[in-house]
Amino acid sequence: MSFINKPKVAHPSLPTNALGMTRRQYEGSMSTLCAGCGHDSVTAAIIEACWGLDMRPEQLVKLSGIGCSSKTTAYFVSGSHGFNSVHGRMPSIASGANAANRELTYVGVSGDGDSLSIGLGQLVHAIRRNVNMLYLIENNGVYGLTKGQFSASADIGTMAKKGEVNQSPPIDPVLLALSLGATFVARGFSGDKAQLVPLIQAGMRHSGFALIDVLSPCVTFNDHEGSTKSYTFTREHYHPAIEADYVPPAQEISVDYPQGEALPVELHDGSRVVLRKLGASYDPTDRSAAYSFIEQKLKQNEYVTGLIHIDEDVSHEFHALSKTSSVPLNRIPYEKLSPGNAALEKLLGRYR
Amino acid sequence: MPNLVNAHDPVNDFVIKFANVNGTGSASANSLIMKAIFRMGVPVTGKNYFPSNIQGLPTWYEIRVTRDGYAARAGRVDIMVAMNAETYSKDVREVASGGYLIYDATWPRSTLLQRGDITVIGVPLARLVNENFDGVRNRILLKNIAYAGVMAALLDIDLETINGLMNESYGKKPKLLESNTRALRLGYDYAKEHLQCPLPLKVERMDKTRGHIMIDGNTAAGLGCVYAGATVGAWYPITPSTSLMDAFKGFCERYRIDPATGEHNYAVIQAEDELAAIGMVLGASWNGARAFTPTSGPGISLMNEFLGLAYYAEVPCVIFDVQRVGPSTGMPTRTQQGDIMLCAYASHGDTRHVLLFPANPEECFYMAVKAFDLAERLQTPVFVLSDLDIGMNDWMCKDLKWDDAYRPDRGKMLSAEELASLDKFYRYVDRDDDAIPYRTLPGVSPKGAYFTRGSGHNQYGAYTEDSAEYQVVLDRLKRKFHTAARYVPKPEMIGKGDSKIGIVSVGSCDGAVREAIDVLARQKIHVDYMRIKAFPFGLDVESFLSLHATIFVVEQNRDAQLRSLLTLETAVDKSKLKSILSYSGFPMSCEPIVDGVRATLPDAPRLTAITGKQTR
Repeated sequence: MSFINKPKVAHPSLPTNALGMTRRQYEGSMSTLCAGCGHDSVTAAIIEACWGLDMRPEQLVKLSGIGCSSKTTAYFVSGSHGFNSVHGRMPSIASGANAANRELTYVGVSGDGDSLSIGLGQLVHAIRRNVNMLYLIENNGVYGLTKGQFSASADIGTMAKKGEVNQSPPIDPVLLALSLGATFVARGFSGDKAQLVPLIQAGMRHSGFALIDVLSPCVTFNDHEGSTKSYTFTREHYHPAIEADYVPPAQEISVDYPQGEALPVELHDGSRVVLRKLGASYDPTDRSAAYSFIEQKLKQNEYVTGLIHIDEDVSHEFHALSKTSSVPLNRIPYEKLSPGNAALEKLLGRYR
Repeated sequence: MPNLVNAHDPVNDFVIKFANVNGTGSASANSLIMKAIFRMGVPVTGKNYFPSNIQGLPTWYEIRVTRDGYAARAGRVDIMVAMNAETYSKDVREVASGGYLIYDATWPRSTLLQRGDITVIGVPLARLVNENFDGVRNRILLKNIAYAGVMAALLDIDLETINGLMNESYGKKPKLLESNTRALRLGYDYAKEHLQCPLPLKVERMDKTRGHIMIDGNTAAGLGCVYAGATVGAWYPITPSTSLMDAFKGFCERYRIDPATGEHNYAVIQAEDELAAIGMVLGASWNGARAFTPTSGPGISLMNEFLGLAYYAEVPCVIFDVQRVGPSTGMPTRTQQGDIMLCAYASHGDTRHVLLFPANPEECFYMAVKAFDLAERLQTPVFVLSDLDIGMNDWMCKDLKWDDAYRPDRGKMLSAEELASLDKFYRYVDRDDDAIPYRTLPGVSPKGAYFTRGSGHNQYGAYTEDSAEYQVVLDRLKRKFHTAARYVPKPEMIGKGDSKIGIVSVGSCDGAVREAIDVLARQKIHVDYMRIKAFPFGLDVESFLSLHATIFVVEQNRDAQLRSLLTLETAVDKSKLKSILSYSGFPMSCEPIVDGVRATLPDAPRLTAITGKQTR
C-alpha cells in the first residue's frame, strides 16, 4: 500500500490529450490495495486507455461489485460517477444504468469471486442481453479480502498459501463468454500493459458486451510456488497470441503489418481494432474456432491472451433489440411521456 | 354465517358464485355477466378465487350485486352456479338458506343436491350445447356463454346489454360473435321457457355507475407508471404482480412508441431474477430515469440486500408489492397483507422504508404517481403495498382523472449550471436542514461526480470507518425519515371523531370496514375510522390513537403486523390496540369486524372471539 498522497498539480511539461488533459487528471483516489497488486496495474491501464481515447470524464460510468477488484473503480477517473454496488450484482446496476442513458461509456470492474461465484447469474445474463459495456474481470484465483480462499477460477491442483490443494475444475471466463455468444472476448495480463491498453480501448468502443479477463496476480495470497495464478507462473504460461491495436476514427493505420497477419475490424463509431495474429489461420470472428483453440491451449496450461473473439454486429446490442429511443430515456421530456387527460378519458371507455 | 344485512329487498343486493374448472373459458362468461350488471347502472364487485394452475383445478368467481356500492366480499352466497362436478358437494353447502343452486342437469345429480332449504334449478346445458354446436373445445367454451344466457333470464339482466358487450369483444370475428350470440340465446330461451323467470333476486336498472369504471389495481398501477413518466421497468414474473408489468407494457405500446420513428420511449427488461430486477431499477434510477419493479412477497425477500443499499446510498426506486399469502411460496393465488413488516424494515442494519397503502385500483393509479414523486423527493425506496384482491380483481372505481399541469417532482437534482455555480459538490451534506441531500446524474458534469457506495461513507461521499463520520450520515437518514412523514399521504378519517371506539385499518380491508361501520351504526354503535395510507405515520395517526380509548386494528395477516408497526413507531399504549385479523387468503368481509367490535360491548349477545378468524 502506498501512503504518499500525490498532489494533483500537474507539471506543465506533462503530455496532454486532445482535451488538453494530462494522464494525472484521469487518476482517482489513492489505492488501498497491497503494494504490487496486479489490480493497480489494470487501474493504470484504464487511466492510460481513457486518456488515449480523449474521454471526457463525465462520459465514463464506473461500476463494480464487492472485493479487492471492485474497490479499484475509486482509483481512476475521479471526474466520473462511480457505483460500487453489492457483491456479484454489478451487471444488473450496469444494465439499468445503460437502459436509462445509452450515450455514456460503462466500465464494470469485477473479480473472479464477484463474477464467477456469487455473481455468475448476473454476468451470464448481462452477456446474453448484450448490454453495451466493458466488463473487466481482475482474475487472481482467490478471495483476497477474506484472506485467500479459492475462487471458482482456481485451477485443479493449484495450491493455496496454507497448502490446501484445489480439486474443483475452474470456470474460465473466456470459454464461458464464448459459449454464451459474447460479442467481444479478450484476455490480458496485468503485467503486459502494452497489450492491455488497446484491448480496453477497443472494449470501450465495442457496441455490445465486451469482456476482458485480466490475469492479475494476488501478491499476498496467491503469489507463491504451487499457485497457477502467481506472477511467475503467469509470465511463464501466458501466451500473447492475438495482439490488438486500437485505431481511433479518422486516423490512418500507421503501423506496417506483415502481409496476411493484420485483420482490421471496424467498430461502430468508425474506429478500428487491428488484430495481429501469430497463427495465420486464426480467425477471431469465428466463435467456435476461437472456443476450440482456447480450450486446447488451456489443456496445455497456456493462457492465450489478446482479442480472442469479436462480432461487431450492432443489431444485437440491447438497445438495438429493444428499439429504444435514440435520445437517452432519462432525457426524454415529460411532455412526450404522458399521454395526457384526453387520452385517459378515451381509454376509460375500455373499462365501462 | 347469517346475513347481517338481512331482512332486505333482494333486488340488486345478492351474491352469485360460479364454480368452474380452470382453463375452460368461464372467465369471459362471468365477466360478461358482471359487466352487464354494471352497465345497467347497478354497483357490482367481482372476485376471482383461482388456483395456481393452468388447467383442470377448481376455480370460483363471485359477483356481488350491491346497490349500496359496498366493495368488500359479502361473506355469503345466494346463488351458486355449480359447473364443476368435482366441487358440487362443497358448493352446495355454501349456499345461504333460501338461496338457489343452478347445475347442469344433463347428468342427474339428485343424491348430491339434496338440501331442503334451497331451490335447485337444473338446466341441461351440455345437452343444449352439444345439440347445437360442433367441436369439443367449442362446446366447452360455449357452455359458459349458455349459462350466462340462463342467468340473464333468471336475474332479468338486459340481453341487449350483453349482446352489446359481445359485439365489442368479438366485433372483428363474425364467426365467434355468431356462435356466442346463439349460445347466449340458447340458454336464455331455455330458461324463459322452462323456469320461473325472473327470480326474486334480480337486477333492476339504477343510475349508480355513471362516472365509474371497472378496473383492477394492477392495470391501474401500470397506467399510473405511464402517467408518472416512468421509462424503465424491470421485473421477474411472479403471481399476482405479473399483470402490472403486462399493463405497463401494453400502455407503452399504445402511448410510448414514436409514430414517426417507431422508437420506444420506454424499456421493459425481464430480469433473470428479482435480485437483478431491483438492481436494474437502482441503476436506472441512479442514472436519472424513473424506474420501478412489480413483485410479490418472495421477490421482496430476494431484493432485501439491494434495498438496504438503496436506503443507505439514497437511490430512489419504486417497488410495487402485490401481496399474496405467505410464508414462503404460500398460496400464490390468494390474498393477504403479510408483507407490512418485511417492507417497513427491509434489509439488514438500521433501515426504514416509506410505504404507501392503496385501498383500491383508483388509489393504485394515483399512488403510483405519488410513489415516484416521493422516491425522488426523498431519495429512497418507496413501496406500494397492494395485494392480490386489489391487484387482480375488478373493482368499481370513480373515473380516473389526470391533471395535464402535473410535472414530476424530481427532487433535489443539480443541473450542470447549478453545479458550475457551486464551489464544490458533496453528495450527502444536509444543506437545507431537511435531511435531504442533493444528487447529481452521470454524464452531466465532472464537478458532480461522486462515488456511490453501500460501504461506510461520510457526508462528503468518501469511504469511512470513522465512527463520528459514519454516525453523521446515519443520524441524518433517521431525520430524513421524519421529513418523509410530512410528505406522505395523510390517513383518511371517517366519523365524527367523538366515539370512544376507533377502527384503524389499511389497504383492501377498507371495503369491509366501511360496511361494518354501516352495520354497526344500524345497531346504534358508532365508531370512528382511520385508514392509514402511508408509513411513516404522521401526527394525524398519533392523535387518532391517543384520542380513542379502544382501538380495533383490522388487517389481513396472522401476526397483527400493522398493530406491531403502530406499537413500534407511535407512542400508543399497546393495551388499547385490539386485533381483528383475517388471513384465510380470501378477501375480508365485514362480519369479523362487526363481531369483533360487538364482542367488547357489555350487552353484546353471541359472538366470535375478538381475534375472530374469518368464518366461511
